[in-house]
Amino acid sequence: MAQALEIPKIPLGDGAEKVVELIEQNLGFLLDIFTTIMNILISGIRDVLFFLPPVLFIIVVAAISYLISRRDLKLAVGVAVALTLIESMRLWALTMQTLSLVLAAALVALVIAIPIGILAAKSETLYQIIRPMLDFMQTMPSFVYLIPAVIFFGLGNVPGLVATTVFAMPPPIRLTVLGIKHVPKELKEVGDAFGSTPMQKLIKIELPSALPSIMAGVNQCIMLSLSMVVIAAMIGAPGLGYQVLAAIQRIDIGSGFEAGLGIVIIAIILDRLTQSLTPEK
Amino acid sequence: MEEKTKIEIKDVSKVFGKNPKKALGLLEEGLSKADILEKTGNNVGLYKLNFEIKDGEIFVIMGLSGSGKSTLLRCINRLIEPTVGEILIDGSDVVKMKSETLRELRRNKLGMVFQNFGLIPHRSVLDNVAYGLEVRGIDKEERYKKAIEAIENVGLKGHENSSISELSGGMQQRVGLARALATDPDILLMDEAFSALDPLIRSEMQDELLALQDRMQKTIVFVSHDLDEALKLGDRILLMNEGKAVQIGTAEEILTEPADDYVAKFVAGVDRSKVLVAEAVMKRPDPVISINSTLKVAVQLMRKHGISSIYVVDRNKILKGFVTIDEAIEGMKAGKTIDDVMKKDSETTSPDTPLNELIPIIESTSPVAVVDERKKLLGVVVRGSVLGALAMEE
Repeated sequence: MAQALEIPKIPLGDGAEKVVELIEQNLGFLLDIFTTIMNILISGIRDVLFFLPPVLFIIVVAAISYLISRRDLKLAVGVAVALTLIESMRLWALTMQTLSLVLAAALVALVIAIPIGILAAKSETLYQIIRPMLDFMQTMPSFVYLIPAVIFFGLGNVPGLVATTVFAMPPPIRLTVLGIKHVPKELKEVGDAFGSTPMQKLIKIELPSALPSIMAGVNQCIMLSLSMVVIAAMIGAPGLGYQVLAAIQRIDIGSGFEAGLGIVIIAIILDRLTQSLTPEK
Repeated sequence: MEEKTKIEIKDVSKVFGKNPKKALGLLEEGLSKADILEKTGNNVGLYKLNFEIKDGEIFVIMGLSGSGKSTLLRCINRLIEPTVGEILIDGSDVVKMKSETLRELRRNKLGMVFQNFGLIPHRSVLDNVAYGLEVRGIDKEERYKKAIEAIENVGLKGHENSSISELSGGMQQRVGLARALATDPDILLMDEAFSALDPLIRSEMQDELLALQDRMQKTIVFVSHDLDEALKLGDRILLMNEGKAVQIGTAEEILTEPADDYVAKFVAGVDRSKVLVAEAVMKRPDPVISINSTLKVAVQLMRKHGISSIYVVDRNKILKGFVTIDEAIEGMKAGKTIDDVMKKDSETTSPDTPLNELIPIIESTSPVAVVDERKKLLGVVVRGSVLGALAMEE
């Protein structure tokens, strides 16, 4: 009786496994090319970050923050102090590794997300198609992305980057769509009435007008990348996250705290810097 | 003024919704807009409009909100696609144009001014005004030169590099106007251009538009819900209700010969003294006396017509002065000529003076002579006819 009422198990998990297997078997060469390109990107950014010795790097970053924040001295000093603290904790190398992975992942995510956002803002159909996908990407626990990432790309930086990218894409897509959809109707009419091509209208009117919203997406993307990069340490992505993971395994409170603090510092700096890039309405 | 047709609207209808043809069919059967909305979910925006706009005139499309006036304006540059009908600009049908041709038309012939100004907030005044030239691909130096000209034209010289948020509403709309003028279009489409401004600024902008129009002679299609504005600006006015044309005519025609009750109700609240001009209430200057005639004839004429003074004109009907009956009789006895006794400081006015400006004059002196620029006598306005026109049943 009990057996008759049982709902048969739909093998969704098996299906997912099959799909992953199929991709791996048939598209292996594409995955290899992708891995190579991403490795070049990450190591390129890392080389730039390691190019300057810490003291010079701190000065340069503080100067940049001073300039882009429209001469906010407090921010520049804060950035300098925070980075000095990282160096004094002897976490500089790990921090730069984390930073290079965050920047690479955020870059890839934005390069994909912003054009998708623009297209989705223009096409209601596309938006209806990607909306459930975005919901899926955002609510699926981020650890789950790590499994196919490892299968496709092995261990190390690249699977970390891929998992991070997938996780960090939805907010910039959504905020780009929102920004462009909220460009006042009259401004869009101005574009048309003066004979702009669709591209002119997009570049000269819609994107600048949507910029605050898009920049909020950029900010969210970088923040999410940072949080995911730490988790990606579980599949061998190097950096502060790996340090935290190691500290957990060894129950090393001091090392865990320091690495954690390092992550918080980067998060705050990246957040403040991207926010000061956002034009005021 | 040239009477060439610039824009021709032929059988234009617009239905918003999924099944416009069906809604049009029901309209033919005589169903009302509300019934059709309920039955089909389609909203009738415009129905069977037919009219022409002449080259160089200010044509005001006027109606309450929801009457379809903004929709109609947007059909002219196809920001909104008409469901059926033809819209000819200089003879070519906008509705059938390919997007490339339409773009060229919008770039070169049509300028538009928006209700909420439609200024691009991240651009300076100069770059806003230069926008139309920029999308045309004109290089920076030339487009800035033209933009600066347009900015001076609307009285904003010195504000080229201001940001939009620094400007008051009136100034912002001047920027909007300058942007539309910068490309030197034939046709200006103005959508409730002054409605967002407070009354004093609005009136100032209206005067300025009229002054600009005197210099530029564009064809202006002006949408407004404000009857006073329509009457002030419009050479001709199209009155719309529920997407249909109710009446087309000059301000006076609409005031004095309303086509139906709707128009009559609409114009009931108008201050007629601002709209009616001297020309509308003046009488034929009859009789007048030639300067070469004699005082005896003048006295006879005045007695015959029972009047106490008479205008003196020359052979070309140019006003020379007037003679009162008392002075004429005295002069006649003394053997003087008309020229000797006539008063040369007669009160005059131009035919387009509105009655509200005429009233203070006519209080102290009556009659007032209506003359053109060459002082040719066109007519006379007497106190009674002014008051009569103002008191007319509305």
